[in-house]
Amino acid sequence: MASIAQPHVQSHQATVQPVVHKQRSGLWDWLTTIDHKKIGILYGVTAILFLMIGGLEAMLIRTQLVAADNTLIEANTYNALFTMHGTTMIFLGVMPLSVAFWNYIMVLQIGARDVAFPRLNAFSYWLFLFGGIILNMSWFFGVNEVPNQGWYGYAPLTEEAWSPTRAVDFWILSLQILGIASMLGAFNFIVTILNMRAPGMSLMRMPMFTWTTLITSILLIMAFPAITIALVFLMMDRWVGTGFYAPAAGGDPLLWQHLFWVFGHPEVYILILPAFGVVSEIVPTFSRKPLFGYSVMVYATAAIAFLGFGVWAHHMFTTGLGPTANSVFAATTMTIAIPTGVKIFNWLGTMTFGQIKFTTPMLFAVGMISQFTIGGISGVMHAVVPLDVHHNDSYFVIAHFHYVLFGGSLFGLIAGIYYWYPKVTGRVMNESFGKWNFWIMFTGFNLTFFPMHFLGLQGMPRRYYSYGEGSGWEFWNVVVSFGAFLLGFSMLMLLFNIGQSLRTGKRVGANPWDAPTLEWATTSPPPVYNFREIPQVAHRDPLWAEKYGTDHEDEDSEVGITIAGQEVGTADVPDDKDKEALRLQQAEEEDAGHGIHMPNPSYYPLIAALGMFLLAVGMLIDFPTLVALGPVDFSIVAVLGLVTLIGGIFGWSFEPASD
Amino acid sequence: MTQAVEVVHASGGAGHAAGHGGDDHTSHTATGINHRKLAMWLFLASDCMFFGSLIATYMIYRGRAEEVFREGAGAGPFPSQLIDIPFTSVSAFVLLMSSLTMVLSLAALQKNNLRGSRIWLAATAILGATFLGGQYFEFTEFYHEGLSLQTNMFGATFFTLTGFHGLHVAIGVIWLLTLLYVSLRGGLKQKDAMSLEVAGLYWHFVDIVWIIIFTLVYLVPYEEMGTEGLEEGGEHGMRLIEFGRNALGTFF
Repeated sequence: MASIAQPHVQSHQATVQPVVHKQRSGLWDWLTTIDHKKIGILYGVTAILFLMIGGLEAMLIRTQLVAADNTLIEANTYNALFTMHGTTMIFLGVMPLSVAFWNYIMVLQIGARDVAFPRLNAFSYWLFLFGGIILNMSWFFGVNEVPNQGWYGYAPLTEEAWSPTRAVDFWILSLQILGIASMLGAFNFIVTILNMRAPGMSLMRMPMFTWTTLITSILLIMAFPAITIALVFLMMDRWVGTGFYAPAAGGDPLLWQHLFWVFGHPEVYILILPAFGVVSEIVPTFSRKPLFGYSVMVYATAAIAFLGFGVWAHHMFTTGLGPTANSVFAATTMTIAIPTGVKIFNWLGTMTFGQIKFTTPMLFAVGMISQFTIGGISGVMHAVVPLDVHHNDSYFVIAHFHYVLFGGSLFGLIAGIYYWYPKVTGRVMNESFGKWNFWIMFTGFNLTFFPMHFLGLQGMPRRYYSYGEGSGWEFWNVVVSFGAFLLGFSMLMLLFNIGQSLRTGKRVGANPWDAPTLEWATTSPPPVYNFREIPQVAHRDPLWAEKYGTDHEDEDSEVGITIAGQEVGTADVPDDKDKEALRLQQAEEEDAGHGIHMPNPSYYPLIAALGMFLLAVGMLIDFPTLVALGPVDFSIVAVLGLVTLIGGIFGWSFEPASD
Repeated sequence: MTQAVEVVHASGGAGHAAGHGGDDHTSHTATGINHRKLAMWLFLASDCMFFGSLIATYMIYRGRAEEVFREGAGAGPFPSQLIDIPFTSVSAFVLLMSSLTMVLSLAALQKNNLRGSRIWLAATAILGATFLGGQYFEFTEFYHEGLSLQTNMFGATFFTLTGFHGLHVAIGVIWLLTLLYVSLRGGLKQKDAMSLEVAGLYWHFVDIVWIIIFTLVYLVPYEEMGTEGLEEGGEHGMRLIEFGRNALGTFF
């Protein structure tokens, strides 16, 4: 029995001879790839690009608000900026960054060679990219065509009477495509996790990150249909003149809010649970202890997801639902604080008596725990109906959800970038620069969002493009804007560190952090087939069990804590190994992999996604029009897109997955 | 247990390689359930929320058209004037029978009876298409009597809900016909029964949804509204025979 820790030292024992396909290099390879690792990288790079765009929008918002009666940005542009900032950050930034880790890391964590449906995976990515392009291309049609109704898109503001331009249509079509992308991805990940675990990896031996991927994916497939239908009704109201949200026709604008938040509240757990998963990987690794209360952690995650479907009306306390509904939803909302609190205490319990190493990933993870806790507490405050009536639509709410979404989700995901970067690139990110990065981001973040609590309590309303001299809000707005620029700068530092470390980062081996989970068992970066031989798992923390023995299953045991040997960032591959030797080694690995049958690349996912893109674009451009429907036009391009989509799907269905 | 991690030889290699569309009979999964079958079950769970949202909206707005009309606004026609339970019962029966033929087709294929499989598959597609024909007749009839998407909340919710169900049936019919084509070309053998089984899961689900829609939209009685709001001079129902004659007249 060979150790799985060094798969590349395996000699040529493969029983089956060459089937690994000749890889074309360059652009074509990326366009047709169905390798989960490449798709993960595509997701990650695209998500970071969109995060930067969303960040730029935030910088513009803060520049406008730096002084009272500022006239830099006029009202309509400001509306477009905060709408695009919210939509971009949620759907194009944080969600796909999570999906990047699901793709790259989760598959490795369960010891699989790829996802269950690799071509569907590529299709999800292309749809996500095109959905993002559709949303952002509205900028090229003039500022009046940019979505400006807020990311929540409340009816009846979105009805044609109040939003006569195509702004809302860009938003609808983009969200529909992103919704399809998310749901298809989620089906894929659930099947992958349930069906493709390595032998011996029972559900309760899965890493926490894999658990959160599973539970978040379930949330995705159950929550997105609600917004799909809500958007379908909106499309019909706008395009064919039904009255789903129009009171004059007997419709009810509140229906939108119900459907939107039935999706929207699970959505916030979709945003935060993956970050919980990342932190649950990082904290044990750098505390040199197994995760405290693993099974309770699993149940707490499931409980959060389940309860998440029963709290949506706490977004609607001021719409007049009545005391019964308000009380029930207040109670369910407060209940969610229990499993969430359990998680926080479990992380603290993991760190207690641990040999904590404050590496950059650990700093971000601990930062996440602290900042998320602040956001969680202000969240419970919103559950109190009489208080919420006063917070509602004020900067207090902005402060709250940035503490959970930035301080929670993004800190967690950035921790993940620092943590898994060596797995993806074979190099570790610059640690000292990373620590500066953390502290500047932490400072900037708190300077930006903490004073917003004060502003909100002083009555400053959200979504206003300007405020008057003498309002008393001037001082804190200056602080907030200064903090925001510092935060923007820290994001550029992150970008710089990612780019610079690609060339100058210290080269490391399979498991630079001495972490316990399977993704660290293969080389960094992993070969195309991930594991030459599928590992057999007999323990929850397989690599630690292999290295230190299994008695640290007992959480009080010291084993696995004291032996923690390596300094962070040291390599178990010699550092001075020259490039030629590395190339030779890789070539040898390629040879070694010849017994493993991997599916062919395919361009049909791209074609089908392109078809859907053209279908949407064809509705948004008015040349040459076939049928006009409200503000949109079905042009010849839309027909072309539909034909391409159907052709792509049929070509895909009849294409053999491998030969 | 000192060796917590060991390796198994992925002999043959193909066992765990992903994305093998046609390896249903060879690959083993951690749950024992085929990938595509599990994915279909998950899709159906998701589709429950999809139809759940549509049906909930229908139920929220049920009676709204009548309510608005009583308050002196809006227009008919109303469901009590339009709903034809005997007619829709027939098409519901047709759709339910298509589930039976679907089961027979799969059973035949699993017993390697290719001919039987094709016949029952064709029958399923024909029954599905018949249901769609009935829906087309119903939609045109309602439209002739003055009900459109824009008329009132009944028009908007009725056409949207039943239309989305019809879209599901239409996609199912296209899927079945594609499978029939593949079968006739010799590409659907006993070992490919999973392809038919997955399509069958979808098909049965669409049937079950119709049972719910049929109950809530057709069988539960509506407020009686007399004849007000019906299209001026509109006959109460274009007879099916007349409709068939017109349809045939289009072609001959």
